[in-house]
Amino acid sequence: MFPKGTKRKFSDSGEEPVSGGDQAASPVAAQTLSSSYSLQRQSLLDMSLIKLQLCHMLVEPNLCRSVLIANTVRQIQEEMTQDGTWQIMTQALAAAQCPGDRLVATEVLCRQTDAASQAGQSPKPFSVVGLEEGYHSEEVVMEGDVGTEVTMSTLSPVSPQLSSSYLAGPFGMGPCWEDEEEEGECEEDEEEDSEECVSEGEDGDRDHLSADSRTGEQVFGTFEIKHPAPPPDPALEELFSDVDPSYYDLDTVLTGMQSAPKMGPYDLLESLSTHGPTALSSSSSCRSDLNELDHIMEIIVGS
Amino acid sequence: MEEESDTRKINNSFLRDHNYATEADIISTVEFNSSGELLATGDKGGRVVVFQREQESKSQPQRRGEYNVYSTFQSHEPEFDYLKSLEIEEKINKIRWLPQQNAAYFLLSTNDKTVKLWKISERDKRPEGYNLKDEDGRIRDPSTITTLRVPVLQPMDLMVEATARRVFSNAHTYHINSISVNSDLQTFISTDDLRVNLWNLEITDRSFNIVDIKPANMEELTEVITSAEFHPQQCHTFAYSSSKGSIRLCDMRQAALCDKHCKYFEEPEDPSTRSFFSEIISSISDVKFSHNGRFLMTRDYLTVKVWDLQMENKPLETYQVHDYLRGKLCSLYENDCIFDKFECVWNGSDSVIMTGSYNNFFRMFDRNTKRDVTLEASRENSKPRAILKPRKVCVGGKRRKDEISVDSLDFSKKILHTTWHPHENIIAVAATNNLYIFQDKVN
Repeated sequence: MFPKGTKRKFSDSGEEPVSGGDQAASPVAAQTLSSSYSLQRQSLLDMSLIKLQLCHMLVEPNLCRSVLIANTVRQIQEEMTQDGTWQIMTQALAAAQCPGDRLVATEVLCRQTDAASQAGQSPKPFSVVGLEEGYHSEEVVMEGDVGTEVTMSTLSPVSPQLSSSYLAGPFGMGPCWEDEEEEGECEEDEEEDSEECVSEGEDGDRDHLSADSRTGEQVFGTFEIKHPAPPPDPALEELFSDVDPSYYDLDTVLTGMQSAPKMGPYDLLESLSTHGPTALSSSSSCRSDLNELDHIMEIIVGS
Repeated sequence: MEEESDTRKINNSFLRDHNYATEADIISTVEFNSSGELLATGDKGGRVVVFQREQESKSQPQRRGEYNVYSTFQSHEPEFDYLKSLEIEEKINKIRWLPQQNAAYFLLSTNDKTVKLWKISERDKRPEGYNLKDEDGRIRDPSTITTLRVPVLQPMDLMVEATARRVFSNAHTYHINSISVNSDLQTFISTDDLRVNLWNLEITDRSFNIVDIKPANMEELTEVITSAEFHPQQCHTFAYSSSKGSIRLCDMRQAALCDKHCKYFEEPEDPSTRSFFSEIISSISDVKFSHNGRFLMTRDYLTVKVWDLQMENKPLETYQVHDYLRGKLCSLYENDCIFDKFECVWNGSDSVIMTGSYNNFFRMFDRNTKRDVTLEASRENSKPRAILKPRKVCVGGKRRKDEISVDSLDFSKKILHTTWHPHENIIAVAATNNLYIFQDKVN
């Protein structure tokens, strides 16, 4: 809820990119529609996953709300599957290989699609990817800083054509995105090679989309710095290791507009993400977080 | 529109003190009875407050028919489901009056799980002169009683009693979102997220499941029932709405289980306005038959639609309730406002419809003239017996005097529940913990 008179920059900035820009770091201001669309989609996905996760903290979750949010997640996932973004995530995750963290429960959110099975993904890692994917994007969003503010605004009236054409851009061509990540993971895990071949096909898209490359690089150039997939930076790990997710209560997240406009949900994500692929060893807290995610299914089931 | 703002007067406002309002005081449903003489509200604290319209007095014509508290009772208490280890809220989700058949009034009230039938009756006499009991009410020793006295009824101060006559429980796994009394006056339906159950008003230990959309595998669940209502005249017909924006009309004569609808109302999606929120904003929060039974009205997040029962492929009329929010859907998703369940109502002649919005605004649409008005229910801007001014929300940059900009709307002040007197232009509007009653200007 927004109290009277609260300035809601979230949407304002989208309507007037310039005003958003003066808060944003200069590279962010240069974003094109394409990257901002994918960011919007990412943050929407993040937000939806957080909402679903928080559902189970309620005494009695609202089934209608849960179903509508889950459908939104499915819709985003389907779109990402179509434009290839999802497979990239999938592959990245498979490479990261954290079998203990597989989330059977999230399958409902990240329903296995034909595309996914063609890509040779087993459903479980596929679902983990759904969440993982959110974390990656989280890095992007955090880096973009006020890029977040841009995110939400223009989202609603986006046409499908827009999405498909623009989306291929940032994800298809961001060299630091795919290549860096794959290299990093190749070192860790050679056996995943076969899966990486899958993404080779998508690489074809890159060339003819090079017009957008500048922005793509800007976004993912910054992204690279914080990318969680490379061997974890001990300092970074330590920084987040004592983040207690329970601190973020429902109000903070759901009414995040009020005090810290965006930070509530993302902080939560952040805390989870650092436990993800990077800090596999910190198992206890990791487990508990992921167990919570397990309940998403139960919420939807309404049990 | 005769009940337009400039002719509208506040007749009465029932206000609890803002400062001491608690969560329990938030009004969660409001409903006139079939004569309009009574008005019931339910709140999050499980209470039902019934207001009665004052008799008209010739000496004070301006006080025509004010509504005063008639009866207050605790309808539902918080409960605990031990099997699921869940608390069941006492919040009253819906109230529906039964048509009056004798001196007493009956209403159904429901929380998430349990429907109750309440009888509200007056008592202004009491029997006196028993000699079987002493003054304290203890039964006397029969051996001391030598004569039998017939008690006589003595007048006493009017007392209004509310007694729970039936409790319909244990039939819903999910949250009950609506109840509807059938025109046969013998049955009613209760609807939760996945099922519709049919009850006889006299029988509490069994109900019939007439709609069940629960998939065998709950992972495949993509749609829920959001509201259901009986046809006002045809006792075999009812309609239910879904979270995907469709309405199904079912005929109970066709089969015991109405899995197959007889009519399916849905508007094809406009690809030009498609977004990730399309489904959420098309989810129907309320469905209401018109009094004449020819039309259905549905409310979704941004619009209210009128459907002709004879035309399934598109609505007859679509009215924009607050289209200026279309550009703010992401924020509204983030703060969960997008899931607010606004209700909608018809006026007595089905010519005007009303529904709520944010910032304590509510909207009226005249179906004949196509005129619409935005009014505000707020203590600050309206005094008893003052005329309501129409409000305007400005979308662009320039804001005229008396206009309010979209960015300064208060999304915590929402009007979800309204009701319209069945015959007169009197409306009741629930704004958080306040109930406003507006009526046409008295001439």
